[in-house]
Amino acid sequence: MGLGFEVGLIVLVLGVGAWTIAARETFAAVIGFATYGLLLALVWVRLSAPDVALTEAAIGGGLTGTLLLGAAARLRATEPADAAERSGAALHMVAGVLAATVTGGLAAAVLFLPDPAPTLAPAVAANAPATTLGNPVTSVLMAFRAMDTLLEKVVLLLATVGVWSLAPDRLWGGRPGPRHQANPDGVFAFLARLLPPVGIVVGIYILWVSADDPGGAFQSGTILAAMWMLAMMAGLADAPPVSRRSLRFALIAGPLIFLLVGLGGLWLGDAFLSYPVAYAKALILAIEFPMILTIAVTLGLLLAGPPEREPGR
Amino acid sequence: MNTATVFGLAAAVAAGLGTYGLIANPQPLRKIIAFNLLGSGVFLFFGVVARRSAGAGFGGDPVPQALVITGMVVAFSATALAVALLLRLFQASGSATLRPNAPASTDSGRSEA
Repeated sequence: MGLGFEVGLIVLVLGVGAWTIAARETFAAVIGFATYGLLLALVWVRLSAPDVALTEAAIGGGLTGTLLLGAAARLRATEPADAAERSGAALHMVAGVLAATVTGGLAAAVLFLPDPAPTLAPAVAANAPATTLGNPVTSVLMAFRAMDTLLEKVVLLLATVGVWSLAPDRLWGGRPGPRHQANPDGVFAFLARLLPPVGIVVGIYILWVSADDPGGAFQSGTILAAMWMLAMMAGLADAPPVSRRSLRFALIAGPLIFLLVGLGGLWLGDAFLSYPVAYAKALILAIEFPMILTIAVTLGLLLAGPPEREPGR
Repeated sequence: MNTATVFGLAAAVAAGLGTYGLIANPQPLRKIIAFNLLGSGVFLFFGVVARRSAGAGFGGDPVPQALVITGMVVAFSATALAVALLLRLFQASGSATLRPNAPASTDSGRSEA
């Protein structure tokens, strides 16, 4: 069996990864990291994990790349001072030894993994009919390990609260980030008008097909968030003030409905987050659709940062 | 040597690169990037474990795959919070260094804390 493609791919991935560490300019490192995320998505496809590949492309390539790019642009003024700051040779040596130990340990773990590998795949296949979903990863995320997914949404919410809490007192309740301006007749503003209708349809489609094919609520929410950010960056929409009630409601709607369905399972079914088989599909959709709104709003706000403009302006 | 093993070794190297960058790079934003690289290596390791456990007609064990998706979302949340903390540090002190008693560069300083 030829491994030419795999070896070529990892040489490329690791080369770009090494570049993000070695690059002199932070801006170059950030671009390297976004590229690394997109290439890594190809690795996930080769590992027969298309759902993870979509998530890696959305998060590693898209969201984290955008977040870091914004931060690098704001920190540009500190670049000359930072470039002068270098770690000593001793620290580099310690870091090298530690990195080699981590790599060696993980490589040994890979080479000596138990054979045959323990697996939960048959258990998932045996219980899949109960969720009526054809995509096993969605089954795991929304049913078998729904608690993880619920808590993940709570983590997103807590991160938003953490980011907001960094606002100085006088700006509390204001709008996040600067108001973006773009030439209203320019190409960017044109694209920001043209793409969102398409993007919104694609986003909802990604959620809908995730029942049987690769996709999912998070990937869908990321696409919707991207459309929102596009409109904000082109100056067509402004970031809402963080004190707005409808915004707060959109932030908690997803986890709240998830929690209510979970508690309903405790009352009507067997356990917290257990879905009666007859209503499993309907309940999962009832959780997922508000969830993509919450994810889109949360991601947009995480990227916009803490409030920076005084309320009422 | 099969596909999973090749990618597993790549995961080990990515985690090592991230560890090195996390310690050796003094700039906080570079540390955040390195930490994400380290995390991606660990996630990829999970993916390799999932691939080896393929069975029941699936290309990989869906349970570790789902755990990785959750892990990526949580890692992004942590990154967003870390970046916000860093930008606040810059806003308050006018510099983005982690050195104690670093002289704030007055030209870019917008101290308001």
